[in-house]
Amino acid sequence: MTEAINAIEMHSIVKRFPGVVANDHVDFACQVGEVHALLGENGAGKSTLMNVLAGMYRPEAGEILVSGKRVVLHSPQEAIAHGIGMVHQHFMLVPPHSVAENIVLGLNQPRFLLNLSHIEEQVAALSEQYGLSVNPRAKIWELSVGEQQRVEVLKMLYRGAKVLILDEPTAVLTPQEVEVLFHTLRDMTKRGHSIVFISHKLDEVVAIADRVTVLRRGKVTAANVPAKGTTKAQLAQLMVGREVLFQVDKKKAQPGDVVLAVEGLCADNDRSLPALRNVSLQVRAGEIVGVAGVAGNGQRELAEALTGLRRPTAGKMTLGKIALDRHTQWLKLGQQLAHIPEDRAVFGSVAELSVAENLILKRFYRPPISSGWSINASAVRQNADRLVVQYQIATPTIETPVRMLSGGNLQKVILARETSERPYLMVAVHPTRGLDIGATESVHKLLIEQRDADTGILLISEDLDELLSLSDRLIVLYEGQIAGEMPAEGADIHTIGLMMAGAKADA
Amino acid sequence: MNQLASSYRIRIETRLDNPGWTRVVSSILGVILALVVGGFVLRAAGATDPIGTYQEIFKEGFGTPADWQAGVTALLTNTDCPKGLLCFGPLSDTLVKTSPILLTALACILAFRMKLWNIGADGQMFMGAWAATAVAIFIFPPGTDRVLMLGVMALAGILAGFIYGAIPGFLKARLNINEIIITLMLNYIAYKWLEYFVVVGPWSIGDFESTGRFPVSATWPRLTEAAKSIPALSGLTAHPGIFLGIIAAIVLAWIFKRSRWGYEIRVIGNNPKAARYAGISLARNTLLVMGVSGALAGLAGMNEVAALRELNGRFQRGLGFTGVIIAWLARLNPLAAILVAFLFGGLLVGTQLIQPQGIASMLQGVILFVVVGTELLFRYRIRFEKIERVAIAPEALHDG
Ligand SMILES: Nc1ncnc2c1ncn2[C@@H]1O[C@H](COP(=O)(O)OP(=O)(O)OP(=O)(O)O)[C@@H](O)[C@H]1O
Ligand SMILES: [Mg+2]
Repeated sequence: MTEAINAIEMHSIVKRFPGVVANDHVDFACQVGEVHALLGENGAGKSTLMNVLAGMYRPEAGEILVSGKRVVLHSPQEAIAHGIGMVHQHFMLVPPHSVAENIVLGLNQPRFLLNLSHIEEQVAALSEQYGLSVNPRAKIWELSVGEQQRVEVLKMLYRGAKVLILDEPTAVLTPQEVEVLFHTLRDMTKRGHSIVFISHKLDEVVAIADRVTVLRRGKVTAANVPAKGTTKAQLAQLMVGREVLFQVDKKKAQPGDVVLAVEGLCADNDRSLPALRNVSLQVRAGEIVGVAGVAGNGQRELAEALTGLRRPTAGKMTLGKIALDRHTQWLKLGQQLAHIPEDRAVFGSVAELSVAENLILKRFYRPPISSGWSINASAVRQNADRLVVQYQIATPTIETPVRMLSGGNLQKVILARETSERPYLMVAVHPTRGLDIGATESVHKLLIEQRDADTGILLISEDLDELLSLSDRLIVLYEGQIAGEMPAEGADIHTIGLMMAGAKADA
Repeated sequence: MNQLASSYRIRIETRLDNPGWTRVVSSILGVILALVVGGFVLRAAGATDPIGTYQEIFKEGFGTPADWQAGVTALLTNTDCPKGLLCFGPLSDTLVKTSPILLTALACILAFRMKLWNIGADGQMFMGAWAATAVAIFIFPPGTDRVLMLGVMALAGILAGFIYGAIPGFLKARLNINEIIITLMLNYIAYKWLEYFVVVGPWSIGDFESTGRFPVSATWPRLTEAAKSIPALSGLTAHPGIFLGIIAAIVLAWIFKRSRWGYEIRVIGNNPKAARYAGISLARNTLLVMGVSGALAGLAGMNEVAALRELNGRFQRGLGFTGVIIAWLARLNPLAAILVAFLFGGLLVGTQLIQPQGIASMLQGVILFVVVGTELLFRYRIRFEKIERVAIAPEALHDG
C-alpha cells in the first residue's frame, strides 16, 4: 500500500505523430486531492499526453487506470464519464450562446427538452460552491477571457469531473485572475478533486503544485518531485537540462532618432466602440518601450493600428520618415515593419503552408526570394535552412506544414521571419506567451539584440516582470488612454499596478 | 484467459495527417463507387445489363484496342483505315470534347484555390463564344490569315470571359456580395444573351437559329484536312484547341507552385487574415482571380465555336458545371485535371447515343456526390479493433 491513492495512472503511453514520437513510454500518476504540475519545453508532449488522458487521442500503446481500474477511452465523452475533464488552451465555447447553454452543450443528458432555468440554477449553485463567479445567463462573447475559462471549468465540474486537466490556464489571465483561479483550485483539491496543471510559469508552479513531473522530448525526466522545497532554478534545470538565467543581461539603451511618432491616435474595436482615445507616443531607435495594462484596455487595437491591420478613426503617425494619416494606404504598412502578432495561429502564420513558405510571408515579393513574377525555390529553401538553424526551430523538415509545430516552435518561425531582417521598428505583442523558459530566454535575448542593433521596439505584454526587465521606458494603458509614462529602471510595481487599475499618476 | 473470444468493434476517429495518397485514392474510389451507384440507377431506368452499358460507353468514347491497332497500322502503312472512322473516331471526338471542359475546369480550379466559388464558368464560356463569334463574322473579313483570325478570336474570348468573371469579382471585393449567387445568375443572363443574338436576333440567318458557317479562317484546322497525304486521318475532327488547355494547365501549375501570384492565392485561400497581415491585397486578388478564371472559361467558349464552326441556338450548356466536377475530382490540381477532363470527355462522347438520355449528367452528379462524400470519409479513419485490445502490461494480466 502506498500512502495516497492515485486518482489516475498512465503506464507506458506511446503516441506518435508523423515524424515525431510525442510520448515515448510515459508514466504519469495523479493522486486524489493533489495539484500535479506537468512541465516541459515546447513540444515536449505535455498536451499530447493530456489529450490521451482526456480521450481525444488514442495512444499506440500503454494503459490508463482510473481509481486502479483499467479503462480504454475512445472519446472525451467516455473520459468525462470516468471523471476526467480537460480545459484546453483554446476554449471550446460557442460565443453566441449563454453560459448555461454552453455547459450542457454536447451532453446526452437532457435528450429532448432543455429545462434551461433548472440548469441555470444548478450552474449558479456550482459556481457559488467553488467560488467561480459567473452569470449563467450571460452570453459567452460578453465575457472576458478569465470568465470564459471559469465557464470551461464549470462545464467540467457540471459533468462530474473528479480529475481536472488545465492546459496552460494562466497564459491568458491577468495576475488578479490567476489569484482567483488558484483559490478555486485549492478549494477543489480540498473537496477531493485532482488537478493536472500545465504551465510554463515556474513561479506559479512553485506556488500551486504539490508534485511535479517533467517531460523532455516525449520522455519523463523527473517524476513526482515534491514542489515544496524545490526552487524555480531547479525546475528550470530539470526542464531544459542546463542552467537558465532568469535575469536578462542588458546594457543601457542608446536611444537614437524617433522611428515612430504617434499623435492623437483614435481607433474603434471590433464592436465599433472607441478603444483608443487620443494616444500619443514615441519610440526611438535602439530603445524598448513597454506598454503595460490589463488585457482589453486598447493594447490590441494599438498594435493593429500601428501595423496597418486596423484603420484609425483619427490621428497622425510618422513611421521613420513616412507620415501617415487615416486616409493613406495603410495596407502595406505591415510590410514596412516587424510585427509579432498577438495570435500566432490567426495572423502570424498560415497553417497549411510549410515552414519554408511561412518564413517568406513578409518578403516573398522582393529579391532574392522573388525575381519578376516568380518565386525562386532555391532562395526559399536557403532562407528556411538558414533560419531554422539560426533560430533553432525544431521541425521534422522545412516542408512540414506549420500546423504540426508546437506553440513554441511556431513562435520561433514568426520571430525568425520578423527579426532576421533588422527592421527599424518592431511591434511585439505578448512575444513569449505560451513559450517555455528556454524559448522565453532566447526571445528576450533576441529582443535585446534587436534593440542594440538600433531597432525601435514597442513591446506590449501583460507580464509585468517581462516588461520591467526588458523595457527602457514604460507606458501604462488604461481604457484606451495613456495613464502614465515612466522610465522602467526603478519603476515601482505598486504604482504601475495602481495605474493599470485606473488611478491617475500622481504628478 | 478469454482473450481469443473478444469481439470486434468499429471505431471512427479523426485522421491527424492527411497524406497525398488519400486524395488520389478517394478520387479513384469516388469514380468506382459512382459507377456502381450509376449501375443501379441504370437498372432502375430499364437497362438490363449495366456493365454492358458501361462497356458500350467506353467503346463509344475511346474505341477498342483492336480499332486502335488497325488505325496505327493504317498510319504506318499510309493507307486508309480499314474500319473507316471507327479506328480513331471516338478518341478524336473525345479530344474535341475535352478541350472546353479542361479549360472550364481550370477556371474553377483557379478560383476554388482562393476559396472563391465561381460556378459561373458556363456563362463566362458563353460570353467568350459570343465575343469570338463577333470577331469571326463581323470584324475581320473572311480572307484574313487563319492564325491571326484565331488569335484575335481567342483574345476576344479571353477578354469577354475576363469581364464577365470580374463583375462578380468586383462585387465581392467591393461590397462583399456572395459570388456564388451572382455567378450562378450571370449564367442565365449569358444564356439569354446568346439566345437573343442567334435565335431571335441580329445574328440569325433566316430561320436557322444560327450565324451560319464561319469563314474557314475562323475555324480550327482539323486532322481530316490532312487526309490527302495521310488517308488514315480522314474524317477526324480533332483539332489543336486541346493544346490551349494543356498549356493553360501547365501555366497554372507553375503559377501555383512557383509564382508570387500563386503564393498570394494560396495564402489567401488558407488564411485571409494572415494575408492581410502580410500586406497581400484581398480586393485586388479577388478581382484578378475571378477575372482570370472567367478568361479561362471564355477561352473555352472560343475554343468550342471555332470547333463547331458556327454559333447556333444549340450551343451546349453545362460544360461549365462539368468543369466544377472535374476540378473537384482532380483535387484542384491543374495537371491532374488534364487526365480527368479527358476521361470526362470520353464519358460525354460515349453517352451521346446511349438511351436513356441524360446518363452523362446522372453519372456526373453521382461522381461529384460520391467524391465529396469520400473526401469527408478520408478525414476520418476507420479502425477495427478488438474490444480487449490495449497493450496490456504483464502484471495487469496476472491479477485479472
Ligand atoms: N496534431 C498533431 N499532428 C502532428 N504532430 C503533432 C500534433 N500535435 C502535436 N504534434 C507534435 O507532437 C509533439 C508534442 O506536441 P505537444 O503539443 O504535446 O507539445 P507540448 O508539450 O504541449 O508543447 P507546448 O508547450 O508548446 O504546448 C510536437 O513535436 C508536435 O509538433
Ligand atoms: Mg501544449
